[in-house]
Amino acid sequence: MTSGVAFQHRQSAHCESGVMSSMVTHAGLPLSEPMAFGLSSALAFALIPFIKISGQPLIAYRMPPGAIIRGLRRRLGLPLRRFTFRDPAAGMEALDRALSDGRVVGLQASVYWLPYFPEDMRFHFNAHNLIVYGREGGDYLVSDPVFERAVRCERAALEKARFARGALASHGAMYFLEGAAPRGIELPRQIDRAIRSNHRWMAAAPLPFVGLSGMRTLGRRIVKLSRKPEATGALPRFLAHIVRMQEEIGTGGAGFRFMYGAFLKEAAALTGWPALDDAAKAMTDAGDTWRLFALRATKMCKGREPMEARILCDVVMQCADREEAAWKMLRRPASRR
Amino acid sequence: MDEDQVPQDASPTYGGHRKLVYAVDRDGSYVGVRSSGWDVEAAATGAALAEIERAKSDAWERARDGRTSPLEYYMHLRRMDLALLSQTTGFSRWRIRRHFRPEIHARLSKRVLARYAEALGIDAERLTRLVELP
Repeated sequence: MTSGVAFQHRQSAHCESGVMSSMVTHAGLPLSEPMAFGLSSALAFALIPFIKISGQPLIAYRMPPGAIIRGLRRRLGLPLRRFTFRDPAAGMEALDRALSDGRVVGLQASVYWLPYFPEDMRFHFNAHNLIVYGREGGDYLVSDPVFERAVRCERAALEKARFARGALASHGAMYFLEGAAPRGIELPRQIDRAIRSNHRWMAAAPLPFVGLSGMRTLGRRIVKLSRKPEATGALPRFLAHIVRMQEEIGTGGAGFRFMYGAFLKEAAALTGWPALDDAAKAMTDAGDTWRLFALRATKMCKGREPMEARILCDVVMQCADREEAAWKMLRRPASRR
Repeated sequence: MDEDQVPQDASPTYGGHRKLVYAVDRDGSYVGVRSSGWDVEAAATGAALAEIERAKSDAWERARDGRTSPLEYYMHLRRMDLALLSQTTGFSRWRIRRHFRPEIHARLSKRVLARYAEALGIDAERLTRLVELP
């Protein structure tokens, strides 16, 4: 049995923005991945001490899973429908039906149970997104945005991945666009709104755990940990955790800064607003500084450099300063100064 | 990050794949560039994998010596911890911990074993035996 449509696979840096950009492009509105990311106001920072991941606080460099799908739907007025299922068999049947209707279907699934992932990348992360665009025999034709080429996935494995339980469980979540993408979207207006909404989260939230103040809290926490006499092992563990949250989960903390920079650059060309060009440069600097942090923290953890919490704190503060510089320019993106 | 600074460290954790990252080209515009890995990221992934590997072989040794049940080994084999196994099976943590006791594990009913088999993706019959090597 073969069903499905001609679909252009495109590799992306991040799964959710990749799925959305490919789906919207397929529906007739060409949209780059950075555009999908920026328009959904997905850049973030959060340090949440009361949500623990293997005993360490949650550190996030972007908005939580699902924010790009929902944000883009609202911003562009997409005719997107999303379903979840209690019964795996019903979930697979609905997928088959959508495919035979010629739809390109987005799915949320667990990375661990997807057999096409390399062994070392298979962790229990339930909020991975991918596109299924057809069926051939017992295999589904999958466009997984983080892969270079389209892949295939056997039915039983896909069912298990969709219905894996645990944190962020998907419950077989599936979504698609009903009909073509809307026409006549005023992109400059939506870009302006998206940036201002993102500005509120990053630069104006009065909470010590989110945005720029969250970054500074992280910096202070590193120094505080280093002063605890009993905690010689705790600091390297915390640093390793930060780096892992930053570089390994998804596209990484710096990666999201570069993606947002790419969005600003593209938006600058589209709107002609000069502030966006300058802010793109500042955001690139911030991304570079996050990478520097990961590099030095790793060196210190491995003992190739003496452990100096003060230095690492300074690097994090620099990250915050550079992002602050970018967000200052973005407070009123459309203004010509 | 400039286009030519995109790390190409051929990380073993990528299994021959390349990831896409955004970088700045000579004209100052952003382009997508494929990266074969970065040593810093590989170190973070490697440390997490080593931790899982250590827990797995430790559980295997204890199961071989009869100090835990094969279930604990299979949990680590599937890169799970007690919290995740509890969420995926619906059994409480203390109940699972009890099932780690070999004498209790040996008497588990077919239904309970089937729940573990489903969550771990391992045949119920295999769950009662330990593999030869970790």
